[in-house]
This record gives sequence, C-alpha cells and structure tokens, in this order.
Amino acid sequence: MLKVNAEFLKSMKLADDFNASACINCGSCTALCPMGINLLPRLLFRYVLMGVPEKILENTANIYSCLLCKMCEDNCPADVHIAENVRALRVYINRNIYGLSRS
Amino acid sequence: MPLPIGNVLGILADNLEKRKGVVPLSPKKAAAWAQGLDIPFGGEMVIYTGQMYQLIPLINSLADQMAKFENSWLTSFFGLGRLINKGINLSWFMALGHRSEQAAYNNLLRNIARLLQTAGVEFGYLYENELYSGALLFDEGVDDVFAEQARRVYQIFKERGVKRVITVDPHTTNMLRSVYPKVISGYDIEAESYLEVLAQRGFNLVNQLDLDVVIHDSCVYARYEDVVAEPRKLLQGAGVRIHEPELSGKLTYCCGGPLESLFPSKAQAIAAQRVEQLASCGHQVATMCPICLANLKRAAGTALEVKDISEYLVDAYCTESR
Repeated sequence: MLKVNAEFLKSMKLADDFNASACINCGSCTALCPMGINLLPRLLFRYVLMGVPEKILENTANIYSCLLCKMCEDNCPADVHIAENVRALRVYINRNIYGLSRS
Repeated sequence: MPLPIGNVLGILADNLEKRKGVVPLSPKKAAAWAQGLDIPFGGEMVIYTGQMYQLIPLINSLADQMAKFENSWLTSFFGLGRLINKGINLSWFMALGHRSEQAAYNNLLRNIARLLQTAGVEFGYLYENELYSGALLFDEGVDDVFAEQARRVYQIFKERGVKRVITVDPHTTNMLRSVYPKVISGYDIEAESYLEVLAQRGFNLVNQLDLDVVIHDSCVYARYEDVVAEPRKLLQGAGVRIHEPELSGKLTYCCGGPLESLFPSKAQAIAAQRVEQLASCGHQVATMCPICLANLKRAAGTALEVKDISEYLVDAYCTESR
C-alpha cells in the first residue's frame, strides 16, 4: 500500500523546474536513453507527483546513473525538463537522506 | 557492493567547502599552464578555465582508484574515509600519479590562449585567483555547497572588475552562462566559449590541414548551450574534412564521463559504445570537452587517435610554437 507523504510533495513542488505533470507517456525518453533507464520519467516522476518518496529511494542508483545528457529532454514532445527533474530528485536525496545540506 | 553515493558526494562536497576544489589542485599548479604566454593579470575580459583541463589528470587518477573500490568490500569504509578526509586530505593520496598527464593537458590550455591571441582577442587571466566553478556538485545535486562556490567565483570576478569571461570547456560555459544567473542574484557576467569567440572573429589560415576527422560533440555544448556550428566552422576553415557519426550535433551521444565518480564501470561501458560509433566513421577524432577527451581516450586505447579540437586548430591557425 502506497502512502502519500505531504512533506515530500511540498518539497518537490518547491523545486523550481519540476514539471513532470506535462508528461504524455509517449515513451520517447525510454527509447532514447543511452543508459537504458526505463523508468524515467514516466514511472519515477509519477511517484513524485503522487507523493511517495519510498519509491524514489528504491531507485536511488537509477537517479544518480542519469548522465544528464538531455538526449531524452531534447526529444521530448511535451517539453518536460527531464534533466532538471532528475537533478531535483538528487537535491532531495542529498538533503534529506545523505545530509548534504548547509541548512 | 557499488560505491556509496552519499559518502562519495560527501567527500567531494567537503573538499569544495574546505579546500575550494573537489580534488586537490594548488592554485600555483592550476595557473602553471599560462607561464610564458604574456597574458596580463585581470582586466574586463578574462579567460576563465574553471580548472577543468588542469583537473583531468587528477580526476583520471582518482577514477582509477575508485574503479578498484567499486564492488569491493572496501566500499563499506567510505563513511570512515569521509570522516578522516575532513581533517586529512585523503583524496590527495588517491589522486597521485598524474604528473605525466599534467603537461599534456596544460598544453591544450596554451593552445586555446594562443588561438585567442592570434585572432587578436585582448584578454587577461586571474592566475592563482581563479577558482573551480563547482560544476560537478551542481550536476550531482549538492546545491547548497555549489551555490556557495558560485558566489565565491562571482565575488572574485566583481573584486577584479571582470565583465566578460571566455570559457574553454562546455561544463564551465554552462555554469557561467546558464546556471549562475539562476543562483546568484544580480549576476551580470557575460560568458562565451572560446569556440564562439574564434568563430565570430575568424582569422588567417597558416597551414591547410589535409585531414579526415570524426567530430564528437559534447552533450553540454550541443544540447545545453547550442554550440554546434562553431567547431564545424573552425575545423572546415582549417581544411579538415569532417565526418559526422550517426549520432552527432544535437543528437550527439554521451562519452560516459559524468558517471566516472559514482559508477566507473557504467561510465566505461558508455565510452566503449561511443568509441565504436566513432570508429565506424574514421580514425582521427576531435573532442571539445576535457571530460570527453579523457574518457574516450581511455576507452579507445590505440584504436582511435582522440585529440582535443584545439590541437587541430593550433596547427592550422598559429605559426611558431611556444
């Protein structure tokens, strides 16, 4: 059973460029990814929009494996800021799990 | 066991906070490339290396060490390593053995400065005052530490009266042109890559190159900063016959370099794929990013001759060697 975490949802909404809701589930990103990361952004970003951080943390290795090469983003028909979205997830994990924060 | 992401990033972040660089590089060594080039100190327009070319030999050495740790029982000691590294600079020991490469990478910076001088561009350099841009920590999402470094870099520019910077690699270009304006209030530094500056200026050809060269675009230049036409214009002007891989320009394929610090084996696998793509188009390759250069060179071995674009350009556009 997945539970919505309101704090997580709030922190991701504060991320400036997180715009995963524009995704139309076409799969171009998955087809083009050099790393073969097949859950970006459709599944992973959906978990963010649903507010379920556990699913994000299960996929930590995938999140840090993204090359940020923008092959997917440049070819995304919905103009989702995929690279910045991935970076926003790293920021969340760094601050909340790894304690890499100044505040 | 894979490398522990939090502790590896923690070590890099600690180094940037305490030592002003992700891996140890003294200001003197970082500025050594400019010796004898008569570049004035400071000025309104400066070349800003962001220390990327200088850092590559250290990063190569560090990546080799990290690759040994990957999937080893030793990964469980990274937490302790981070703790010790706060007081004793352990990363300095891990990044030893780079000296033979340092001169070669310094020479690429000398090429770039000589090209700008030959094209009549008047620029200064901040020498030992120059700092690393923080690009790696931005990419890895360590935003708080990155933002502090960005502000330090900007403060030095403002104190020295710098208004425009000429960058020499795609990652630093992206930081100074597209990322810093988002994290620094009132940021007003203009940034252009040396490839853009040279392509706008144009200059006389000294030696017509009779070469077939495969071009490898940097993802960051092509898809973040739209620098695609400039390297082609300069190479074509030099007499180079450019060969485009199937994935080229805006559709370029990554060299794998961004994964070196956390997933060395994945980085090497991507580099091997790219080498195969490039090899199907020719033997000589031109890169325009020091990370691409290092990663593709390592993956290609003797199968390809991978060179920085500045090596081709300096042969074509500059006269005597210095």
